[in-house]
Amino acid sequence: MTGALRRGAALGGFALVFAVFAVLLPDTFLTARNLLSLSQQLSMLAVVAATTTVVMAMGDFDLSVGSMASLAGVAAAAGFAAGLPVWAGCVLALGLGLLGGLLNGVLVAVVGILPFVATLGTLTVFSGLAFVVSDGRTIFGRDIPAAFVGFARGGVPLDALGLAGLRLPWLTLAALAVAVLCWAILEHTAFGRRLYAIGGNREAALLAGVPVRRLRLLAFGVAGLGAAGAGLMYAARVASANPTQGAGLMLDAIAAVFLGMTASREGEPRVGFTLLGVAMLGVLDNGLTQLRVDSYVREILVGAIVIGAVGVATLSQGRRG
Amino acid sequence: MTAAAAGRHLRLEGLAKSYGGAPALRDVTLDLRGGRVHALLGENGAGKSTLIKVVAGAVRPDRGRVLLGGAALEIGDARAAHRAGFRVIHQEDAVVRGLSVAEALHLARPLPRRWGVAVDWPRMRRAARAALEALGAGHIDPDAAAARLPTGDRMLVRIAAALLPGEGGAEPVLTVLDEPTAALSAMESERLFAVVRRLAARGGAVLYVSHRLDEVMALAHDVSVLRDGRLVWTGPAAETTKRAVIRAMTGRAVRDGYPARTGVPGRGVVARLRDVRTDRLRGLALSLREGEVLGVAGLEGAGQGAFARLFLGLEPVRGGEATLGERPLPRSPAEAWRRGVAYVPPDRRGEGLMLGGSVRANVVLPHLGGFAARARAGAERARAEAMGRAVGLRAAGPEQPVGELSGGNQQKVVFARALLGRPRLLVLHEPTRGVDVGAKWDIYGLVRARAAEGCAVVLLSSDGPEVLGMADRILVLRAGRQAALVPAAGLAAADLLALAQGGAAA
Repeated sequence: MTGALRRGAALGGFALVFAVFAVLLPDTFLTARNLLSLSQQLSMLAVVAATTTVVMAMGDFDLSVGSMASLAGVAAAAGFAAGLPVWAGCVLALGLGLLGGLLNGVLVAVVGILPFVATLGTLTVFSGLAFVVSDGRTIFGRDIPAAFVGFARGGVPLDALGLAGLRLPWLTLAALAVAVLCWAILEHTAFGRRLYAIGGNREAALLAGVPVRRLRLLAFGVAGLGAAGAGLMYAARVASANPTQGAGLMLDAIAAVFLGMTASREGEPRVGFTLLGVAMLGVLDNGLTQLRVDSYVREILVGAIVIGAVGVATLSQGRRG
Repeated sequence: MTAAAAGRHLRLEGLAKSYGGAPALRDVTLDLRGGRVHALLGENGAGKSTLIKVVAGAVRPDRGRVLLGGAALEIGDARAAHRAGFRVIHQEDAVVRGLSVAEALHLARPLPRRWGVAVDWPRMRRAARAALEALGAGHIDPDAAAARLPTGDRMLVRIAAALLPGEGGAEPVLTVLDEPTAALSAMESERLFAVVRRLAARGGAVLYVSHRLDEVMALAHDVSVLRDGRLVWTGPAAETTKRAVIRAMTGRAVRDGYPARTGVPGRGVVARLRDVRTDRLRGLALSLREGEVLGVAGLEGAGQGAFARLFLGLEPVRGGEATLGERPLPRSPAEAWRRGVAYVPPDRRGEGLMLGGSVRANVVLPHLGGFAARARAGAERARAEAMGRAVGLRAAGPEQPVGELSGGNQQKVVFARALLGRPRLLVLHEPTRGVDVGAKWDIYGLVRARAAEGCAVVLLSSDGPEVLGMADRILVLRAGRQAALVPAAGLAAADLLALAQGGAAA
């Protein structure tokens, strides 16, 4: 019963925020142009959040996804600068992401380090590597191939829908594809169902025949891959790569998953609700920017809203002392 | 002191409590006398927990009073209940890691201090030793790590903690023990009974809650039975029988005992151990036949857990030859389930279930199929429902979260999971712990039925009569060694205990 109330309150809260901006910003907020550009800005976060959901379904964390995104971006850019074709640079970056994610998985699942500690360590390592690879500089200009950048600038023309001059960005479509893939994996495969079982009770899952170690390893691999993908998308969008540009993704991704959890049935991480969390964060940021709220104040507000929403959801679950 | 305390008369009068319209207690009146052990019996959901919570002050009753020597006490407040001298020792075995026994004893009260700030360690140790010795538990070292003690000693530490003189040094008026022997071996239980008797002899009343009727009938002076929130019988233990108590608990004539065998073990060998050695086990030599129930007995910590984990691939074989079918034993639980080994763990909440997950998710978990297999909710629901019916599960439906079910029904979910894949080897570790009489009978019936179909069963239990009643043969472990392998027929509980203690008893 309280679960239904909590979900109702969460969904109502999202709708309310949306409605408030729609009323306060009648000319700019609810326009196709704004929403399309918002979806493009959020595409990187959506990818990281969706793959982070896979890890959080097991009750684990990955703090290293932000610095992995930076590392993948600069690695691809450095590859381009060294003459690699676009596809090879992308494969290089994604391979790095997979490797880094599996490294996290080995540390957590095989060595047995707490995810918080292990991924805090690799966060620092990946970040340092990003500086080493880029020599601490931003890689931009002629080093970044036009085909790579063009992907981020392009999209499906929406003239047929009466939206002349607007495009549904490729980045948005890519993010949606990743999200749908994660959703299908988590909700509709034995792999995903086992991840949720691990999240529910790891010891019981092991004794019920779930290969816990292998699945944790793989899930961290997925998170690393997602982070690298987001890093590539970021680099393409800004046509440059620097060793810190992915840093903000990690906290936002985890916040989005937590926001989504407030609306899901048992309070568990689910990809669909994570996307809702991503949208919530994006809408808040976009709306407050348009209202000319100072960016520092904006951060305070967003942080307070995340804490407030998760706090209310936790209290309503009645899991106190 | 004893004379004065023995006169103290505690009366719970007309207690009633409903949760959202569902009555949990209906007008229950209990008389508890100082110096006596009063057993409180009832099936899961009969109202025992609610009654205990009222006594502990955790729940405020809708109606009713608590009278001590005729004077009404404040109720519904945990601190007031503690001040009044009520102590409740719960069955959950919660021990804070990293604390010594002496610290664990003082957890809920101010630590003795020196100069107002520093902890007075010597005084704390003395107080701890005195409290333990007063219980006849002087063998426990106050400096030992509490979390490392055997289960039985941890229970004694918690009882001692409840008895530590509180503010004003008052003796407890009432001590409630909730399922204290659920996790104890036979010998530890005996030691606990001695402690309980001593506790009562000090003058306070003891309210003793247990599912194990044999121990209750031996220990208690008075017996009260709850059913559906009502008090259906109360009186001296000498004036009733186990059979009558069971009838009062269930409201029907449930047979006390075990379903009869319906077949004899077959010829085929399911598992074979030849001089097997692991880190914790030695000298295992036996073959397990189709349809055979192998009971495993021994003192607490004799290697039962390791023996169960052997078949799950969690206790690596270091020497000898161990086979399941024609191949070596599985090397992981995943492989074990794939090859037809099903496991019911001893701690259903900690090791068995995802409490937030649905009945369906819990039942089908080991049977989801290959890595990339599509999970189909509809088919799973049908399987979970069919299996739930087969084990007599009472749940609102396959989507109900398991955490909302009673203990007995949760155990049936664990059984439904184990039986779903038609296992050829069923490893049951404490399968009826904390399960009421009716559900126990159902579970025994399930085990028998599977055995009759040719499934081999390994039954590990600290409940001696259960092992004797269900097993065809009994493996007795002593300090990790195979001490005996004997047919169960004609064996008595005392024989088992003697075999388990072996040289130590001589």
